[in-house]
Amino acid sequence: MRYLLRRSGFFVLTLWAALTLNFFIPRFMPGSPLQALRDRTHNKLSPQALQEMLTSFGFKPNQNIFVQYVTYLGDMLTGHWGVSIGLTLGEPVSKIVNQALPWTLGLVGVTTILAFLAGSFVGIVAGWRRGSTVDSVVPSVFVVTSALPYFWVALLLILVFSVWTNGALPSDFNYDNTLQPALDWTFISSVLTHAILPGLTILITSIGGWVLTMRNNMITTVAEDYIRMARAKGLPNRKIMYGYAARNAFLPNLSGFAMSIGFVIAGAILVEYVFNYPGLGYLLYNAVSNTDYPLMQVLFMLFTVAVLVAVFVCDIAIAWLDPRARAKG
Amino acid sequence: MTGLLIQAPAPTEATSIAARRGRRLWTALRRSPKATVGLAIFALFCLMAVVPQLFAKESDTVALTFQPEVPPSGAHWLGTTNLGQDIYAQLIYGTRQSLLIAVVAGLFATVLSVIIGVSAAYLGGLADEVLSMLTNVFLIIPTFPLIIILSAYAGKGNLTVVLVVLIVTGWSYGANQLRAQALSLRNRDFLESARVRGERRSYVIVFEVLPTMTSLIVANFLGAALYSVLTAAGLQFLGLGDPNSASWGTMLHQSQANLALQTGMPLWSLAPGLCVALLGVSFALLNYAFDEISNPALRPVRRRRAR
Amino acid sequence: MHADITLEPTSGAPMLQVRDLTVEYATTRGAVRAVDRVDLDVDRGEFVGVVGESGCGKSTLLFAIAQLLSDPAAITGGSVAFRGQNLVTMTDKQLNALRWCDYSVVMQSAMNALNPVTTIGAQFEDAVRAHDNLSASHIRRRSVEVMELVGIDPIHLGSYPHQLSGGMRQRAMIAMALLFTPDLVIMDEPTSALDVVAQRSLMVQIKELQRRLGFAIIFVTHDMSLVSHFSDQLLVMYAGQVVEAGPTRVVFDTPSHPYSRGLLDAFPSIRGPRVPLTGIPGAPPDLGVGFDGCAFAARCTQVKNVCHVTAPDLYRVRGVESRCLQYAPDYSDAWLAAAKEAS
Repeated sequence: MRYLLRRSGFFVLTLWAALTLNFFIPRFMPGSPLQALRDRTHNKLSPQALQEMLTSFGFKPNQNIFVQYVTYLGDMLTGHWGVSIGLTLGEPVSKIVNQALPWTLGLVGVTTILAFLAGSFVGIVAGWRRGSTVDSVVPSVFVVTSALPYFWVALLLILVFSVWTNGALPSDFNYDNTLQPALDWTFISSVLTHAILPGLTILITSIGGWVLTMRNNMITTVAEDYIRMARAKGLPNRKIMYGYAARNAFLPNLSGFAMSIGFVIAGAILVEYVFNYPGLGYLLYNAVSNTDYPLMQVLFMLFTVAVLVAVFVCDIAIAWLDPRARAKG
Repeated sequence: MTGLLIQAPAPTEATSIAARRGRRLWTALRRSPKATVGLAIFALFCLMAVVPQLFAKESDTVALTFQPEVPPSGAHWLGTTNLGQDIYAQLIYGTRQSLLIAVVAGLFATVLSVIIGVSAAYLGGLADEVLSMLTNVFLIIPTFPLIIILSAYAGKGNLTVVLVVLIVTGWSYGANQLRAQALSLRNRDFLESARVRGERRSYVIVFEVLPTMTSLIVANFLGAALYSVLTAAGLQFLGLGDPNSASWGTMLHQSQANLALQTGMPLWSLAPGLCVALLGVSFALLNYAFDEISNPALRPVRRRRAR
Repeated sequence: MHADITLEPTSGAPMLQVRDLTVEYATTRGAVRAVDRVDLDVDRGEFVGVVGESGCGKSTLLFAIAQLLSDPAAITGGSVAFRGQNLVTMTDKQLNALRWCDYSVVMQSAMNALNPVTTIGAQFEDAVRAHDNLSASHIRRRSVEVMELVGIDPIHLGSYPHQLSGGMRQRAMIAMALLFTPDLVIMDEPTSALDVVAQRSLMVQIKELQRRLGFAIIFVTHDMSLVSHFSDQLLVMYAGQVVEAGPTRVVFDTPSHPYSRGLLDAFPSIRGPRVPLTGIPGAPPDLGVGFDGCAFAARCTQVKNVCHVTAPDLYRVRGVESRCLQYAPDYSDAWLAAAKEAS
C-alpha cells in the first residue's frame, strides 16, 4: 500500500513538473504569443477578438501570474484546452487532438508493443542458446539496428519500397484521400497498406533494444542456481526456458519498456513527419512550425501522460508477475 | 573457520589497481571485433572533422558554385544539391558539427549524471530522496517533444540551446545507473579502509570510488553521445537546427524539403543519414563491447564439441 | 577417455562408483583442472562427507557426479556408475528419467536455488509432473507428506520463497528432494547459509530422515567438525584431488595427511586442554598455472625435497587412503637420496 502511494505521488509530481514547464517556458522565452497571434491572423482580427483568443489558452497578462498558473493547471486537467492558433485558426484543440489520437495509438502503439514482444522473444531464444549460430549473429545485428536513426530507416524504406517500385507501397498519409472513412474493406485495406512502411520503420529501429536487453537478462538469469536446480529436477528444456528463466528475465525488461516510451515518442514524431501521417507527432511538428502554443502545450502534456500511463501499466504487470514486488507494496 | 587456513593477499594501492585495469581494458578492447569496428569508424570521423581538407577539395560548402542537381559523377562523387553545392563536400565538412555535438553534449551529460548519481548515493537520506526524485522525473518526461518546444521557443538554430537542451535531458538515465553502482560500492572493504584511515569523504569519492566505476562512466558517455547524435540529427532534420550551418542534419532537412527521394536525388538524403547512422553505430558498438568486457557472461561463447 | 562401465548388479557392488573423474574448465589461459582423477564409492544408505576449503573442487565434483555442469566446465575423463550405468555417457533424455527419481540434489542457498516467482507448491509440482502423470490432488497429497516429513506446516506450499525463513527454505528444499524418495541425495553445503544452532538442528533432522527413508547422502562442506559427527565415510579434498579418504572416525581422530591434520588443528575442541590455534599458512595453488609434485608441498610442515618433484598417488595406511609420499611403499632414505640427486 505504501508503495502504491509513493508511486502515485511520483506520478502526480511528474505531471505537475511537466505542466509547470509547459506553463513557464513560453513566458520566459523570447517572442511573445501576442505578436505571434497577430502575425498569424494577419492583423485581421479586432484587438478584442485577439484578447479573447489569448485568454482561452491562459494568457491573461492583466492577471497576477500565480492566478494564471492555477487557472492554467485547472484548465489543462479538465480538458479546457482552448483553441488552436495555428493553421486551423479557431478550431478547438480537443477536437484536433481527438482526430489525431487514434492514428498514433494505432500505428505507434501497436507496432511498439509488437516490437517489444517480438524482440523479447528473440532475446529469450538468443540468451538461452548461448554459443549457437543464432546467438553469435544476434548481438551484432541488433546493436547496429538499434543505433539507426528513425528518419533514415524511413527514408530508406520509402526509397526501396515506394519510389523504386513506383508506388507499390504508399509513403504518404494514413489512407487514400479519395476514400471516405467507412467500415468497409477498401477503406480498411487502404489504412493497412498506408501503415506498412511507417510501421516497419518503427519495428526495425526499436526491436533491437528489446532483443539486446532481453538477451542480457536471460544470460544473467540462466547463470542462477534455480536454473541448475530445475535441470537437476529433470524438467524438460522448454519448461525451464520459459517457466523459470524467461519469467524471471522478463521482469527488468518490462520496467525498461516503460522507461523507454520517451524514445518511442521521439520516433513517432519523426516517422509521422516523414510519412505525413496525421497523428499526434505530426500535429506537434505543425504546431511548432506555426507557433501554435495552445496545441503545443496540450500535446506535451498528453505525451507526458502517455509515458506515465505506460509506467503505471508496467508497474501493475510487474506486481502481477513478481511476488516480491507485491511484498514490497 | 576456513579463514584461518588462508592468509589474505597483501592489500594493493587503489592507483596501481586502476593502472592494471586500464591496461587490461585496452587489451580486451583490441581483441573485441565490435570495439575495433566502432573505434575505427569513430577515428575516421574524427579525422574527417579535424582535417576535412584531406577528404574534400572544395572547402566552401555554401556557395552556389556548381551546376544544380548534377547526378553523381567523377567531379562530384555524390552529385550536387538543387542549389548547386557539392554534396560530398558538405558531407565532409558537416562532420565537425555533428561530432562536436555528440562529444560535447555526451561529455557534459555524463559529468552531470556522475555528480548527481554519486552524490545521491553518498549523501543519502533526504538529499538522496530529492535527487532520485529529480532524476526519475527527468527520466520520464518525454524529452524529444520538450527539445522541440524549447528549440522552437528559443529561436531556431541556436547551437548552444541545442547543446544545453541535450545535456539537460540526457543525464537522467546515467544518473540512475551510477547511483545504483555507487550504492553497491559504498560498503566495500577498500572504501572502509580509506574511511578508517581518516580520509575525507570527497577524497574517498574521487580517488577510490570513481576509478572503480570507470567502465560504467565510459559506457554512460557512449550512451549519452549516441543519444545526442540521434536527437540532434532528428531536430535538425525537422528544420529546427541552424539553417546556415554545415551539418548532416541540415543537409537532411534540405534534401527532404526538396523531395530528394522522389526527384531522383536519393543520395542527397541517404548519404548524410548514413553518416549519422554510422556515427551512432560506432558509439553503440563501443558501448556493447564495453558491456561484454565488464560482464564476462556476455562474451561470445565458442561452442565446445560435445563430450 | 570415457570408460563405459557396466557392472553386474550384484548386492556387493556399491550403488555409486565414481572412477577417475576429471573436470576441466576451458579458460582463455587454457584448460584448468578443477577435479583431478577422483575415485569414490557410495553404498546404500551411506553418509559420505566431502570436505575442503573454498576452491578445492568439492562443489564441482558434486555437480559433475549429478551431471549438472555447464559451460565452461566439462567432464573430460572418468566415469560415474550409478547402479551399473555410466551417467557420463548418457543422453539428456536418459538422465532426465533418472533425475529426481533415483537421485536428487540439495543446493547451498535455498534463496538462490528456488524460483523466486513461483510458489513452493508449484515447484514441487513441476518436479513431479516431469516424471509422473499423477493427478493434482495426488501431487498435493505427496507434497504435504514431504513437508510434514521435514517439519514444515504444509500451508507454506502456497508461499513464495522469500516469505520463508532461511532454515525453513532449506528444509523445503530437502523436502522437495525427497518427493520420489530417491536412493541418493547429493547435498552442496546445505547448512552453510544458516546460523550455528539452525545448522545443528538441520543436520540432526537430515540424519533422522536418512535413518527413516534409507537414502545415501553425499554431503559437501567446508566445516569438517560438523560433518564428522554424522558421516560414515570422509573425503578430504585439496586442489581438486582427494588427499585423504576413509572411515570418518579414523580420518577425524587420526588424520594421516598433513593437510587433514592442519584442518583439524584449526578447530578448537570444547573439551580438553587449551592449545594454541594453528592455521595453515599460504594459499592453495593456482590451478590455472599448474604445479609440479605434490599440490600441498608449498604449505606442508613435513615437506621434503622430493615432494616438489614427484606427485604422490593415494596410498593405503591404517585403513584410509592418503595422498602423501611418506606413505609410499618404497619410501626410504635411499629413494630420497636418489630423488635429491636427480633434481
